[in-house]
Amino acid sequence: MQEGSVQEAHVHAPPGGFLRKYVFSLDHKVIGKQYYALALVAVFTGMILSWLMRIHMVWPNAKIPLLELFSKNGAPGGVMTPEYYLSLLTMHGTLMVFFVLTNAPFAAFGNYFLPIQIGAEDMAFPRFNMMSFWTTFVAWVVLMLAFFIPDGPPIAGWTEYAPLSAVGKDAGPGMQWGASLWGISIAIFCVASLLGALNFIATTLDLRAKGMTLMRMPLCTWAWFITSCIALLAFAVLFPACILLILDRHAGTSFFIPGGLVISDRLQPHSGGSPLLWQHLFWFFGHPEVYIAILPSMGIVSHILVNSMRKPLLSARVVIYSMMSIGFLSYMVWGHHMFVSGMNPMSSLAFSFPTLTITIPATVLTLIWLGSLYGSNLQINSASLFALGFISMFVAGGVSGFFLAQPSIDIYLHATYFVVGHFHLVMGVASLFGVFAGTYFWFPKMTGRMMSEPLGKLHFWITFVGAYCIFMPFHYLGLIGNVRRYQSFVDDFMAPYIGWHKFVTIAALITGAGQLVFLYNLIYSRFKGRPAPENPWNATSLEWSIPSPPPWNNFGGKHPIVYHDPYQYGVKGSKGDFVMQDSPEHVVAASGD
Amino acid sequence: MGKLLAIVLVLIAVLSAYPIVAHMFVLPEDISTHGHAIDDQLHETMLEAGLSFVGAQIVLAVFVWGFADRKKGSQLKNFPGGAKVAVIAAFVLVGTEVLALGVLGQEAWAEVYFTPAKPNAIQVQVQAEQFAYYFRYAGPDGKFGAIHPDKIDEGNQNYFGLDPANEVEARDDIVSGELVVPVNREVQLLMHAKDVGHSFYVRELRLQQDFVPGLDLSVHFTATKTGKYEIVCTQLCGLGHYNMKAYLNVMSEEDYEKWLKEQAAQ
Repeated sequence: MQEGSVQEAHVHAPPGGFLRKYVFSLDHKVIGKQYYALALVAVFTGMILSWLMRIHMVWPNAKIPLLELFSKNGAPGGVMTPEYYLSLLTMHGTLMVFFVLTNAPFAAFGNYFLPIQIGAEDMAFPRFNMMSFWTTFVAWVVLMLAFFIPDGPPIAGWTEYAPLSAVGKDAGPGMQWGASLWGISIAIFCVASLLGALNFIATTLDLRAKGMTLMRMPLCTWAWFITSCIALLAFAVLFPACILLILDRHAGTSFFIPGGLVISDRLQPHSGGSPLLWQHLFWFFGHPEVYIAILPSMGIVSHILVNSMRKPLLSARVVIYSMMSIGFLSYMVWGHHMFVSGMNPMSSLAFSFPTLTITIPATVLTLIWLGSLYGSNLQINSASLFALGFISMFVAGGVSGFFLAQPSIDIYLHATYFVVGHFHLVMGVASLFGVFAGTYFWFPKMTGRMMSEPLGKLHFWITFVGAYCIFMPFHYLGLIGNVRRYQSFVDDFMAPYIGWHKFVTIAALITGAGQLVFLYNLIYSRFKGRPAPENPWNATSLEWSIPSPPPWNNFGGKHPIVYHDPYQYGVKGSKGDFVMQDSPEHVVAASGD
Repeated sequence: MGKLLAIVLVLIAVLSAYPIVAHMFVLPEDISTHGHAIDDQLHETMLEAGLSFVGAQIVLAVFVWGFADRKKGSQLKNFPGGAKVAVIAAFVLVGTEVLALGVLGQEAWAEVYFTPAKPNAIQVQVQAEQFAYYFRYAGPDGKFGAIHPDKIDEGNQNYFGLDPANEVEARDDIVSGELVVPVNREVQLLMHAKDVGHSFYVRELRLQQDFVPGLDLSVHFTATKTGKYEIVCTQLCGLGHYNMKAYLNVMSEEDYEKWLKEQAAQ
């Protein structure tokens, strides 16, 4: 709870000149939008890659003429080679996990709204903030370069398991320079995320307005704060892991490569390393990463649901503690990715229980959301539809975790489509639903214009039904033992099930095309949308107390004073059934409540 | 539109559960002695996960149906019991049930990993490599010849890098591209990788174990039904990953002995 003096130290002059205003901006709002734009480019790239993979998988001889123009080696005659399938798979995973699921819900919205929601004029370190984005941008450029080198992108999957990823060109196409670019890109990305996380933490702790106690912070600010604590520890481990990988590849070290390996008929000049070390380091980051993707969406969805329900959650405090427990537990569960990896079978048991325990805070959250809906005045709009869809998706993707948390069942389901369905629903679709909800909710504030509601609803229905059509069948296919990461199904036993894969491909094509509705809505509304008032949703938190879009210094040089908890809904306020956080009026409970 | 969402949620719950309830996707036949424990565990978890999934979607649907787009000024109500009920329900219902599942599920895990292979188990060494498996039997002397990575020569079918010229143990070793085992006898696989990470997955055996370069791992199983079953790689190992497979051939004891003799004669 810091006041004016600290705040004033961070006031910077209004931006002048095109470069400072739109490119190398120090303004957290511009940086937030830059993250959003990068995530948007990455998500459409990743989506097109998934289309190509799905088409190739069910129609292996289909000619995709444009693909040949893009990569002659990868798709001679327009038909994808098996190794190019793996290249696309690697790039799809890397783009989606790092540049979409980390950037959009956390870096983009967090940057834009965290300072405003706590009443600050900017981030604690605006220059660091600018550096975070541009470092992330460089990481993206380095990764995308892999598409344009003769070698092509790496084929080892987004997990880049060693020694496949560590031995260089003997491991196959894309593993000479493609894999190096991957390692360099992710190392740079780690640096950017570390800078970003530090900034978020410092801002939350130091720049809160007068009266903004920790417990008065909106739930999404809480989520971003907890996420930055997770990110700080997780990326700090992935970074050295990537450095060691690069050293193994180019400096002749053997961190991840044991002795006596014969790859492509060549005895490898390495000895003494451990492939499991890479897996431990990678998943020590990798599992918290799942929560880096989903926690911000939990916060965003809670924030939007409360507003749409016109009444507070059953308990905001319990939501905060649940998110904290999830963050804390997320560090003790990485080994559940390695049940059959050959690590000590005793550790599998040790990792299984914290994994199962995460079900408890996750269930608490779900029950709080559900219980809060009871007796509410739920307003249906694009934002609340996606928030409700998030709950549905979170449950759907969460319950399959019951299976995978148990080592004995994992013996059978590991590396099958069951896992693919599980993580796509819970980490991919659910967190993207949070991003969509956030976009429809905050777009008026970010641009000063309203988005089209009919288009937003159309987008919701296509995406909601489509996502279930794509990812539910994956679970069933996993149950019969359908193995993942295969470019086509040569197994006879799969023949009766190819129809299901075709169904999924068609659903993916339609659902993906449906995202163009969203893109159109974004662009159209940005220029032609109805002008947005200051507070279109009758919301209570500080971002709605300033003009849409906000001036460069957010509060116009004033220092907001906070008087209330963030969610004073369902009360008798002077403006309606709500009282804003910075309104000095006394809160009177609505009659009969 | 709230009512429509409620209907769609119920439809999704019902349609998602249907393929499971109607047994449209059944696990392949279990041919192992430990598999039943995994299957039981899986079915019990399915029941619990399925009920949680369908239950939560229906509750969401009911609340959306009841409380979306109500008339302006409708009375707000609070869920009876509030957050306390949610927390207690999460701990009692889900927490204990899921943890109990976890405890019960250790039986199957223990059978595979904490019970040592019987002394009379047949030992077969497996080498995984891009993109094939090779299986080695010790031969009449019961001893495996040592592995020399520098002697590996695929052209001359010396997949394991044996040195029969200098080592007696290596001379009678039997190397096969197919995993041949007798029915109802325990088999211990001694697993190692030649190049990168691979995995050994036989759906019908309910067995999956990674090969880790530099680590010698072992699993054991008893196959209870004769027949040919697919062994596939489930650890991304390079461009031919999708094509890396071999067969497990479970034979009667007599056929197995006959096969061994034929192989030794070659």
